[in-house]
Amino acid sequence: MDFNLTTKEESFRDEVRTFIADNLSPEARKDPGFLGNWLKKIREKRWVGFNWPEEYGGGGGGIMEQVILKEEMSKAGAPPLGLCMMGLQWVGPAIIQYGTEDQKNKFLPDILDSKYQWCTGYSEPGFGSDLASLQCKGVRDGDEYVVNGQKIWTSLAAWSDWIILLTRTDFDTEDKHEGITCLLVEMNSPGVEVRPIKNMAGSSHFAEVFFDNVRVPAQNRLGDEGKGWGVTISALAHERSGISEVAGLVDQLDDLVQLAKRTKRNGRPASEQPSIRHRLAKASVIIEGMRLNGQRFLTKQLKGEPLSSETSINKLHRAFLAIELGDLALEIKGSASQYTSGDNGPGMEQNRLPSGALDWPNVVIGGGTPNIQRNIIAERILGLPKD
Amino acid sequence: MNFGLTEEQQMLSTVARRFLDEQAPIAKVRDIMESPEAFDDKLWSAMAELGWPGLIVDEAYGGVDLGFVDLTVLLEDTGRGLLPAPLISTSLAAAAISEFGSDEQKQRYLPSLADGSAIGTLALIEDSDTLGPDGIELNGAKEGDGYRLSGTKRFVHDVGIATLFVVPFRAAGNILFAVVESSADGVSAKSRSTMDETKRMGDLTLDGALVAQDNILTGATDGATALARLLDLATVAVTAEMIGAMDRALEMTTQYAKDRIQFGAPIGKYQGVKHPLAEMFVDVETSRSLLYYAAWCVAEKPEDLPVAAARAKAYASDAFTRIGIDGVQLHGAIGFTAEYDVQLYLKRSKWALPAFGDAEFHYERLASLGGY
Repeated sequence: MDFNLTTKEESFRDEVRTFIADNLSPEARKDPGFLGNWLKKIREKRWVGFNWPEEYGGGGGGIMEQVILKEEMSKAGAPPLGLCMMGLQWVGPAIIQYGTEDQKNKFLPDILDSKYQWCTGYSEPGFGSDLASLQCKGVRDGDEYVVNGQKIWTSLAAWSDWIILLTRTDFDTEDKHEGITCLLVEMNSPGVEVRPIKNMAGSSHFAEVFFDNVRVPAQNRLGDEGKGWGVTISALAHERSGISEVAGLVDQLDDLVQLAKRTKRNGRPASEQPSIRHRLAKASVIIEGMRLNGQRFLTKQLKGEPLSSETSINKLHRAFLAIELGDLALEIKGSASQYTSGDNGPGMEQNRLPSGALDWPNVVIGGGTPNIQRNIIAERILGLPKD
Repeated sequence: MNFGLTEEQQMLSTVARRFLDEQAPIAKVRDIMESPEAFDDKLWSAMAELGWPGLIVDEAYGGVDLGFVDLTVLLEDTGRGLLPAPLISTSLAAAAISEFGSDEQKQRYLPSLADGSAIGTLALIEDSDTLGPDGIELNGAKEGDGYRLSGTKRFVHDVGIATLFVVPFRAAGNILFAVVESSADGVSAKSRSTMDETKRMGDLTLDGALVAQDNILTGATDGATALARLLDLATVAVTAEMIGAMDRALEMTTQYAKDRIQFGAPIGKYQGVKHPLAEMFVDVETSRSLLYYAAWCVAEKPEDLPVAAARAKAYASDAFTRIGIDGVQLHGAIGFTAEYDVQLYLKRSKWALPAFGDAEFHYERLASLGGY
């Protein structure tokens, strides 16, 4: 058991910290060209796609270095390491693993250069948690596939140039995981229609996407026909411990503690109210539990063992915290938490966290609901019978 | 970064589980818990032969010279088996003497604790049931170069079988730590049974007991800090035992959910049963992560120990409470019977909740330490 960094890891952490000190000063952030400069500099450092192999333009970073880089950046409140989030997280890795040389040359540099936004066409109206039953239809026609069907809950669809799309090309397979084909589809193809869905917090970051006889060149098929399910599971050594996410939660909790100290409830600082102190402390314990669970997952990855269902543990904690931290902000602020317009007046706390209690579903539902995570743990880890 | 057990630690656990399976299976545990002090001296001797009471004692004083992480591994296993034995108590007394005793004091006390011929325990709590310096009201009256002590320590674990007590008291504006032997004049113990039949605790009464200067641990120069350290070590040790027990309760309940057929299927097929089991798993593993970090802090990062220990015990207290209840509840009526073992784990969860601070206590502590 050893929670310390090696000398080599420490020197990499120092390199990251120095870079942050040099490039993330408050003055630098005020520069109108800040984000562009930032992206250019981290690209030069090869910290965009840091875990991708160097031959594809990535940084070839090891698991531990990925953790250090992401954690330090997160602690510093740095802009993201590249803007093409889904491209960097799973579309690029899937192309590296399953793509043809042409596909690699065509797509990977643009993802690294934050040139295109990608979205992910997995869920359908009838098939969310039961994703493998998806029905969006792909039919081979000469050198093309013709796609008809609908996707839903597609994050960032309205801002995306490309979609990684799961279609069913074979409706007669015994195993529903077979017969799925993965296509890379340009969003401006004729027949693609995006209808944004407004969520309860008022934002529209996800959408429905309709496909009406959309013709996709067969060369944009990723992996073999009928083998698209496997494409969704990347084998790239992607750091999955979730430790970097914890830095963001620690920040969020610190904000709440400060809020509680300066907000009066019943004439006293809210931070003196036992129920609030208790909830804040409990959240801090769960956040630290996530960090330490992450370090156990990381140890496993460092030993070359693949991570699987155990990451559902932190997904469940993350879901709890997403709801709890939002509600805690309401509890601290009391009646003033309800306003969504206007000014609370001099000396009053403004609604800096107005949507916290409403915008959790992205985190809680996206990537598998808590009950799906519980099924995964119960069936795959505890070995209980499938229902 | 390596958050895992070494080969030696895995070996320690393998040996421990084999020993417990052979020497202290649950039927034997039930026999022992029926005895007045829930103690079996033959079993204790066998444990001593394996070096367990002296696991964290220096080799120079007859111990095995391992660390608190190793002790944590062992206590997880003894917790799994609900082993009734004064292992935590003796380890903690040994830790107090190891950390704060002079070389002469270590020579005097540690070898007999390490070989099991003495049984030690901490006597840190008084009438107010307050953990920490405010809870120490026992005053030492100066007499010669020693002190005379009169008062009662409460909730002393294994009080009826302990031969050696570590007793904090107030004197000269400080908290001092006396090592008091059960055979000394004016020392009496009253052992009581508890809700957890495998455990005993009670009162240590000092009625004008005389403590000589050389029975006072010389290294505890700042008594409040020393007391806080001992409470943290005790918190980690108790948490280790809890996690072994909750892991076993989860295992038993999972097995039952696979075997028990209702409505034509194993009950573990139903989400109403499998989801609480999944939550139990999340709780056990997260408790374990928090625990091992705290155990690591004991030697490697002592400045982090107070927070790490508080987090581990707070989380584990909440978790074990739920697991104890759900473990019984998911078994249905059979879980409620005295004959069935899962209820023993529910009782252990009740025992462990207040031991060295319940969840509320530690949340409040974390809020204070965090500057809320």
